[in-house]
Amino acid sequence: MNRFLLPLAAFVLLLVVLLVGLRRAPEKSILPSPLIGKPVPQFTLPNLFDTTQPVSAESLKGRWLLVNVWGTWCVECRAEHQVLLQIKQQGRVPILGIDWKDQNEDALAWLTQLGNPYERVATDGDGRVAIDWGVYGAPESFLISPAGTVVYKHIGAMTEQVWDSEFLPRVDAAPARVPGTTGSGS
Amino acid sequence: MLVELGHYALILALLLAAAQAFFGLAGPALRRERWLAVVPSAACGQFVFVALAVGVLVHAFINNDFSVRYVAENSNSALPLFYRVTALWGAHEGSMLLWILVLTLWTMALLARSGHLPSAFAARALGVLGVISFCFLLFTLATSNPFARLIPAAPDGRDLNPLLQDPAFAVHPPILYMGYVGFSVSFALACAAMIEGRRDALWAHWMRPWTVMAWAFLACGIALGSWWAYYELGWGGFWFWDPVENASFMPWLIGTALIHSLAVTDKRGLFKSWTLLLAVSAFSLSLIGTFLVRSGVLVSVHSFAADPSRGIFILILLVVMIGGALALYAWRAPLMKSAAGFDFISRESFLLFNNILLTIAAAVVFGGTLAPMISDTLGLGTLSVGPPYFNPSFLVPILPMLALVALGMHARWRRGGLGQALRPVLLALGVALILGLAASLGVYAHPLTLTPIGATLALWIILSALIDPIERLRRRQPLPASLAGMSIAHIGLGVFVLGITFVQSNTIERDIALKPGQAAQLGAYQFRYEGGQDIEGPNYEGFRAKLTITRNGVPVSVLYPEKRRYLVQGTVQTTAAIAAGVNRDLLAALGEDVGAGAWSLRLQYRPLIRLVWIGALIMAIGGVTAVIGRRARGLAPQGALAPLEDGAR
Amino acid sequence: MRALLLCVALALTGVAAAVDTTQPLPSPGLQQRYYQLTHELRCMQCQNEALADSSASLAADLRVQVRELLLAGQSDDQIRDHMVARYGEFILFRPRMSWRNAWLWGAPTLLMLVGLIIGGRILYARSRLVGSDEADPNDESRAS
Repeated sequence: MNRFLLPLAAFVLLLVVLLVGLRRAPEKSILPSPLIGKPVPQFTLPNLFDTTQPVSAESLKGRWLLVNVWGTWCVECRAEHQVLLQIKQQGRVPILGIDWKDQNEDALAWLTQLGNPYERVATDGDGRVAIDWGVYGAPESFLISPAGTVVYKHIGAMTEQVWDSEFLPRVDAAPARVPGTTGSGS
Repeated sequence: MLVELGHYALILALLLAAAQAFFGLAGPALRRERWLAVVPSAACGQFVFVALAVGVLVHAFINNDFSVRYVAENSNSALPLFYRVTALWGAHEGSMLLWILVLTLWTMALLARSGHLPSAFAARALGVLGVISFCFLLFTLATSNPFARLIPAAPDGRDLNPLLQDPAFAVHPPILYMGYVGFSVSFALACAAMIEGRRDALWAHWMRPWTVMAWAFLACGIALGSWWAYYELGWGGFWFWDPVENASFMPWLIGTALIHSLAVTDKRGLFKSWTLLLAVSAFSLSLIGTFLVRSGVLVSVHSFAADPSRGIFILILLVVMIGGALALYAWRAPLMKSAAGFDFISRESFLLFNNILLTIAAAVVFGGTLAPMISDTLGLGTLSVGPPYFNPSFLVPILPMLALVALGMHARWRRGGLGQALRPVLLALGVALILGLAASLGVYAHPLTLTPIGATLALWIILSALIDPIERLRRRQPLPASLAGMSIAHIGLGVFVLGITFVQSNTIERDIALKPGQAAQLGAYQFRYEGGQDIEGPNYEGFRAKLTITRNGVPVSVLYPEKRRYLVQGTVQTTAAIAAGVNRDLLAALGEDVGAGAWSLRLQYRPLIRLVWIGALIMAIGGVTAVIGRRARGLAPQGALAPLEDGAR
Repeated sequence: MRALLLCVALALTGVAAAVDTTQPLPSPGLQQRYYQLTHELRCMQCQNEALADSSASLAADLRVQVRELLLAGQSDDQIRDHMVARYGEFILFRPRMSWRNAWLWGAPTLLMLVGLIIGGRILYARSRLVGSDEADPNDESRAS
């Protein structure tokens, strides 16, 4: 009698696995980023607004920063734009935009028309730097600590809920300034 | 108004399914003859109402009724009529309805051909089918109603996914479902046998034709899907070990084991519990496959819109159906022991290992498909499993199995090894070896290690399968359909393996940018890009290129690959152009316009690829041949109105 | 299905890569490695497609990266590591051999072993019954 129960037992085991897999399904599309806990990738990119002041990895240090990868061609980016403007209003964490695989004229027009939530915008025309950040679909947002470490990554449009539950608590948990540097946190 | 009728029809079908299930199972148990009589009517009624519901939905599609959400999401007024009908199964809700329709069709078939079955047994089998039907109707009505309205109605629809606007696609899901769902009959017969606690193996005899038919349909469905992917998706692949593909392949593998196991049980009363377990597993895998592709648990090119709440519902249904059957198995299987024996080298021993190896193969595919999810659950990180894992792993059990086929076909039952067939079989091996080596080293040069092995095995199987028919014809003896069918099916297997072997080892693929007038060389073939022009279709616009192919200077073919942009959804599709031939296919697909009149192209030379699908088709033909020519076994015929028997307990 | 179409749609919206990846690499060896690697790496924007097969813009960018890394003299393993460092293990279609994946790679062989043992035992048991088995009512082997 024992061995004939095996198939049923195996099925129950399978059910458990499927159930757990199902519960985690909504998170499925969010793959853990291997960059978490590591320093920001090295890069230097042109500045959308000021060609004489390129944006480099070094300048990401010194205060909490939100790095947002976006493009004018990206539908969801338009959806999250309002939220980004609100985050800018809040004034706690500045936003650095990385304009991914886009045209400068389009980007400028878009920001003029919809409002500019970004402190600075770096343009990644050929997508090389985005690859270093492990970007695979816009929009994506990264939380960078004052020490220049990638602390969290959110894939998809930024929402108030995500900002309040995932990003702000991490900012609150650690000092806003790295001692010895100046910063504009509050 | 009509649309709501369709909805009500489904609800009525649900009630009738419940009746079918209840009376079919409770009737024999409580020995109520009148209840048994209800079952056929309930089954017929269910079929009528499901067909009605399908008719209503088709009507809505044909008449562009965009107040129905499903129609609005999957159709468009510019869509050609043919595709407006086939859009019925273009997405989740409609395909569930198709599933149910196919289930009722099989139910009707069983009803029609159950004349020779004991009435209690037939009622129980139909009752089990009623349970399955009930579960699926409940699921559809509760979570996936195809008749949901869209208020206000959309002005026009979102159009059918352009990849699905194709004749082969129109046929693929129905045929696939005929196979997939067809295993429910074997499942139902197995459950009925277990409920009754039968100690004989008559049920195995009854189960054989149903299993083979479902198996044949599934083989065709899978082959069609593979062929469609090959020419439709634009890059020449025909099998990706994608979770949805695996979901249909696993039942087929187990179905193959089941067919062979049934032969042993039918003939000698052996392997009863194995066979029952295989019968339950084949359909269970179909059910699990249905769950996997509709719940968002797996990543796939193919999967339907993911919705975890649907997933929970299906899981509960799985518990009822599969859990119930396996519990029955745990209860009844111990009764089934037989005292028969067989020799080390006998048909039974070959089929024993055939069972084991096919089951292992199915387990490997199952494991690989679920591995990413399991790894994630156990916190072992995100794993990704694709062809580089499946291809070698699948061969581990399958290569030995292929080696056994040519011998196993001729082994005698019970004892005696291969008897007189040994010499011809070994001779066949020798011939196959010579031909296989010649093909691998001569005709198709640059073999991989496995090429001569695959070629030899394939040829050996084909030659071995021909031995018996040739012998019978030589002696002017009649060739029974079952023997003919078996031989044909095995030949199909050999043809299939031959195709796979050479396509895997000798495909030539080039990605190259060409300007008009430039050419690329693939082996002996030269592809010359002649330029192209813009084109317009009923619901798309695009670009069509022209390529001329020559072989050693002799013109062979002209190809017109296209790149289309569908106007409604704005999606882009690559239409590959294929110069088909039994011995090779030549493919060209457009990549990107790289400027200056040049286009990037993917060019392929694929030897013997047609044999892959032709082989599958031959296997299916073999199966059908065996079923149609089946001889009656001399059981006293018992009509559906025969009194309840005793001793069925 | 939708993800697949998304890939194809994105192909249209992506800016053409600066490097023409369709020119063959300088040596057949490099070309072969390029072919291998682009079939082993997953397109991250698509569901279940390889870099080689996908028309998504990210896939094009990643193919460019693979080319450049190959031309820079990096080994296959280095290139895989480069990709995994950015996208995680998921980008590989072939799970890497490691202790964590051992159960996956070892499964077929293990199953074969178990199967052989089970089969062997049944065979042994049944072969001893051959002489003494009663005429099974369903046994037609002598009749056929």
